[in-house]
Amino acid sequence: MISFSPTEEQQMIVNMVKQVATDEFRKVYREADESGEIPAHVVDTAWELGFISTGIPEEHNGLGGERSAITGSLIAEELAWGDLSMAMHTLCPALVAYPILEMGTPEQQSKYLPAFCGDKYKPATAALIEPRFNSDPCALSASARLDGNDYIVSGEKCYVPLAADADLLLVYAAENGSTQGFILEKGASGLEVGEREKNMGLKALPTYEVTFKDCRVPQANRLGGKDGCDFNRIMNCSRVALSAMAVGVARAAFEYSRDYAKERAAFGEPIASRQAIAFMLAEMAIEVDATRLMTWEAAWKLDRQENATREASLVKMYADDMVVMVTDGGVQILGGHGYIREHPVELWLRNGRGFATFDGMAII
Amino acid sequence: MIDFELSPEEEASVKMAHKTAEELLRPIGRYYDEHEHESPQELIDTMWERRAEGSRDPLGVVGALRIEEMCWGDAGLVLCLAGPGLGGAAVFASGTQEQMGRFLKRFGEGKPVWAAMAMTESGCGSDTSAITTTAVRDGDEWVLNGEKIFVTAGKRAVEESDGFVVVWATVDKSAGRAGMKAFVVEAGTPGMSVEKLEKKLGIRASDTATIVFEDCRIPYENILGSPEVRKLDKTKTAGFQKAMATFDATRPIVAAQAIGVARAALDFVKEALEKEGIEIRYGLPRQKLTAIERDVMDMEATYKAAKMLTMRAVWMMSQGQANSLQASMCKAKTGLAVTKITQKAVELMGPLGYSGKYIVEKCMRDAKINDIFEGTGQINMLVVARRVLEFSRDQLK
Repeated sequence: MISFSPTEEQQMIVNMVKQVATDEFRKVYREADESGEIPAHVVDTAWELGFISTGIPEEHNGLGGERSAITGSLIAEELAWGDLSMAMHTLCPALVAYPILEMGTPEQQSKYLPAFCGDKYKPATAALIEPRFNSDPCALSASARLDGNDYIVSGEKCYVPLAADADLLLVYAAENGSTQGFILEKGASGLEVGEREKNMGLKALPTYEVTFKDCRVPQANRLGGKDGCDFNRIMNCSRVALSAMAVGVARAAFEYSRDYAKERAAFGEPIASRQAIAFMLAEMAIEVDATRLMTWEAAWKLDRQENATREASLVKMYADDMVVMVTDGGVQILGGHGYIREHPVELWLRNGRGFATFDGMAII
Repeated sequence: MIDFELSPEEEASVKMAHKTAEELLRPIGRYYDEHEHESPQELIDTMWERRAEGSRDPLGVVGALRIEEMCWGDAGLVLCLAGPGLGGAAVFASGTQEQMGRFLKRFGEGKPVWAAMAMTESGCGSDTSAITTTAVRDGDEWVLNGEKIFVTAGKRAVEESDGFVVVWATVDKSAGRAGMKAFVVEAGTPGMSVEKLEKKLGIRASDTATIVFEDCRIPYENILGSPEVRKLDKTKTAGFQKAMATFDATRPIVAAQAIGVARAALDFVKEALEKEGIEIRYGLPRQKLTAIERDVMDMEATYKAAKMLTMRAVWMMSQGQANSLQASMCKAKTGLAVTKITQKAVELMGPLGYSGKYIVEKCMRDAKINDIFEGTGQINMLVVARRVLEFSRDQLK
């Protein structure tokens, strides 16, 4: 039966996440953006909520709960509302954990999943995006070929979050025309983590260029073993996660500029009393809601294990545009003040602009 | 639980609406577009006989989805079908039990019958507080005087069936909005006459009438809601609230009509591209998409966005939740979305787009009304803005 209402349990989770986003993320996001570092206690506090371990079965030390893309969307929106860098940092280990959970062989699951269920944050990451303008997840330059009992992976990647610290790295490469994943452990020979990248936004999240120079990966570490992985589904889970995060960032910008416009006076009345500003805010509110509902629908398809490529691609494209429109509107409504780093809107615009680039950098 | 699944019965109901649209509406849509003011009598009779279909959930999500399907067939024809329409919605939203029984019973029996809503006047559209039509009490009667324009299905409600018109009039001009009340005027009441039918850009199968009231006497009991002129506060008044309550119900329905038109255009474009072997490659990075793929994906995503907002507004209404904000959100978004989508379809289809041989030029003409009636896009934006800002009409004009 059609319904737009989260369950009571989901609402409780949302409230809990919102609390962390408010009390932890929002307290330090500016400082973190300036210094490029997220305080460890912030990540630890978010980790304690057990976003990832909840969905891992008890036999692998997880809580054995149901993993739902809808619940994941609700969580991702709230975290990103707090701060996008911190949201991505918090959920980064899922880039390895979820594909293994869904598509890994029993050996891969029992070997790697328990590490995501500990008390301490488990740094793990995935490398998908390539440093060329037409980087395409389904037509990668990075390649993998079988040589004896090993795969040889070579290629260049960029925007690999936490690559320098990650214990596990899932690299995607083209193998006979299809995209497959390969699990690498820290220090694998041929795996070279480059300089930390300097990006327009997401400045608090360390991202790196990573080079794979004839990197040997045991056959057993091909994601999903002989069967390989359902890469389309991985991409769709990523599109939905990023769309939900775009909604969170946009909502933050909408709320801030709405409140500002009610306070800021010009010509004797709040600027929000002028339709030129009020209509911008109305459009922002409408588009944030529309994108959230589309995200839910795509997530719902994922939860039903249906092919969600159309829904997920459409909402991702829509969200990419929406978040730029809304965050730019936020800067515009604040006028000169919006351009100054004392207010958060410029940060949200920089972060928001990245969504069209971030494919594969978060997963649900 | 967030859920988008239709039960098998609901799905069957929506599919049946689509089949009806495809078999009965599409084939004759062009004819009645070209023969404005001619009545598709056979269709009206057939649909009247079939009105029980899907009426189980008339204002719910399934009802809205059925409306989308029907308007995919032809929006103008859907608007000319007999039924309670906007007049019925007003009675439903603000009538007493007795009034509902008295006025709505006719839709369950007998011959096709229409109910219309008369609000707009030559001097006022969205500013409904400027209404000049008057209602004066005279013993057991109200006496109505004034002229209403743009009354959808006005002629059919007044002259072609035993229907009624819900007329908005002021009982006290000095009271402004508080003096505004709704009255039910039955077909055949002396003093009420249809003066002219408009010639329109689109939805030509639907009649749009000017109705004149000259010392038109109606029973005292035909007022909807309280006759009292009661100022609650400066911004909210009982009479006006009733009108707005009607809009909360009707705006999502109009939005559902709009998305039907949008999808008709979208489907045409996708089929035409498919015939030429052009595939929309969902999931490709945007820098690798062709311009036409980008455009089609944009249209489709915009259609989805509008549809989701509409379904939410309808769903809230069916749950008995206050939905003024969401109703205006979906109406504002949908009016603009259908306008843009159909215009883009005309552009993308080149020579086929502009030709009267195909459906898209008609879709574009039919679409535009959705950004105008039941509150223009701008008025709905204003409602949304006031709500999200928590501003009164004085704080945001």
